[in-house]
Amino acid sequence: MTDPSGSTTTPRAPVRRSAGLRPVALLVTVAVLLASMAAGVLVGAAGIEPAKVMLQLLDWLPLVSADSGLTPVEQGVLMELRLPRVLLGAVVGGLLAVAGASYQGVFRNPLADPYLLGAAAGAGLTTTVVVVFLKGDNESMVVPAAAFAGAVGGVLLAYALGNVAGRGGGTTTLVLAGVAVTSFLTAVQTFVQQLGIEELQRIYAWILGTVDGGWERITLVIPYAAVSVAALLLHGRLLDVLSVGDDEAVSLGLNAARVRLVVLLAASLATAAAVAVSGLIGFVGIVVPHAVRRLAGGSYRIVLPLSLLGGAAFLVLADVLARTVLAPAELPIGVVTAFVGAPFFVAVLRLTKRVET
Amino acid sequence: MSDVSARDLSVVLDGRTVLSGVGLQVRGGDWLAVIGANGAGKSTLLKAVAGVLPYSGEVLIDGTPVRRLKPRERARLLAYAPQSPALPADMTVFDYALLGRTPYIPYLGRESRHDRDVTASVLDRLDLAPFADRTLGHLSGGERQRVVLARALAQQAPVLLLDEPTTALDLGHQQQVLELVDRLRLADGLTVVTTLHDLSVAGQYADSMMLISGGRVAASGAPADVLTEKLIDTHFGARVRVATGPDGRPGVHLERP
Repeated sequence: MTDPSGSTTTPRAPVRRSAGLRPVALLVTVAVLLASMAAGVLVGAAGIEPAKVMLQLLDWLPLVSADSGLTPVEQGVLMELRLPRVLLGAVVGGLLAVAGASYQGVFRNPLADPYLLGAAAGAGLTTTVVVVFLKGDNESMVVPAAAFAGAVGGVLLAYALGNVAGRGGGTTTLVLAGVAVTSFLTAVQTFVQQLGIEELQRIYAWILGTVDGGWERITLVIPYAAVSVAALLLHGRLLDVLSVGDDEAVSLGLNAARVRLVVLLAASLATAAAVAVSGLIGFVGIVVPHAVRRLAGGSYRIVLPLSLLGGAAFLVLADVLARTVLAPAELPIGVVTAFVGAPFFVAVLRLTKRVET
Repeated sequence: MSDVSARDLSVVLDGRTVLSGVGLQVRGGDWLAVIGANGAGKSTLLKAVAGVLPYSGEVLIDGTPVRRLKPRERARLLAYAPQSPALPADMTVFDYALLGRTPYIPYLGRESRHDRDVTASVLDRLDLAPFADRTLGHLSGGERQRVVLARALAQQAPVLLLDEPTTALDLGHQQQVLELVDRLRLADGLTVVTTLHDLSVAGQYADSMMLISGGRVAASGAPADVLTEKLIDTHFGARVRVATGPDGRPGVHLERP
């Protein structure tokens, strides 16, 4: 057989540009994330001096000893409030952004977000049921599990419905199934909410979302986060192949339907894990991947890892604003993500004007 | 060089028989042009041969049934470019062409240096090296068609299936692309199967032609046997005059009724 590419001759001008993530972009994003986490730890309602916080953090490092002069109460604020809050914000933001990017890849639709297939509506319903019928018993333990089950259940319901209606498993049918499931579950949720209207405020407190959950929430989310993120990051190249269309992906020897299913499952797991520990935080899953695409490139091998890091940074910063703008009162973090995210996104769009095809 | 043949190929889509009992035979290194009116089943035939659509019957490459190959093995033998390929606007030319190496890359693996070298030399060959870093959204129609071709060539498959490779190109660019395909075919011994809607153009490049009508083969053979005034009238409903050029190839000219 002859060699159609002529690769037997050495290439004259070796071009070696590739989809891979460039170290500079990675370093910049890591730096942004670290800076935002530092801001998250340093800033807060308790008004602890930033310099002392730095010293205290150093002191907590193994083999390092520094005298921060912080009182035990201040140390407690740092260790039990700020640190877990920053970390949970980072994990949840990263999960939502990477899940959003994956959904966009699977559906080849820039408007896809992690809640597209009913994860939000499912979690909203189960959370409402728990709050209304448990009336506060063990709520903080049960709600995360219920929200997780609801999110997963919503997605599975949409997937099953899409397969029954679509036969071929086309993405359009799946999106429509997601719309139907979301409407239905939201209607049921509203109904349950009416039954327990006196619990409305607590229902909303859960649904609107917060990343103030303490270390136990972090240990709760980490296993799911690790598995789903690892699976998604491994599929970056295959999402690039899917982006040229199903026919071509199949002609390249790829089982497009299977790749799509695996990525959908992993992204839904990431979403459910995030929703379970933080409620429904919107906007991160759409804004961050698109900002990354504009600034760093469109390959999913760039978009997925940078969305993970960028989403983490974005949500930590949003949380800093949420707890300082009206301090000592707090804004729901979802309000901040939209309020800050929308103008930020417009700025990114304007800075990176491109020819759209 | 690889012979391509198909026996009794039928495709049913949504309960409708789109292709039925199609047979074809292309000698290794030859160019087969598939022609036919809109909706006759040309693209479906190409997709079935490419393994993109489920079919009954048999597609064989050098006598081996494609059905028995694993998808990745099949992709190393058959490269396919659809009529309107999706070209993600923010993907670079190099990255796009590199996707052609997918059949050689393990499922969750990454491309090797060899894959990059092959891609680079393909781009070089198609005069696309200066565009390597450009995004697909910033290309002209002719450049895009060349980039799609580069992706298919990076696959290093001996059989090239091109669905209307010249759609939406002006006359000059049509000629450029088809000359390029022909040059590559001769240089590498590629077997080429294309659908082409322009009958004159098809007659100029093809070694053999196949006329599809209503999902069945209406005629096949040398261009002069397929491009006849009678067949074109029957299957396209068009009045034409066929004149044999100095090179013995038929030219099709439209006539006002």
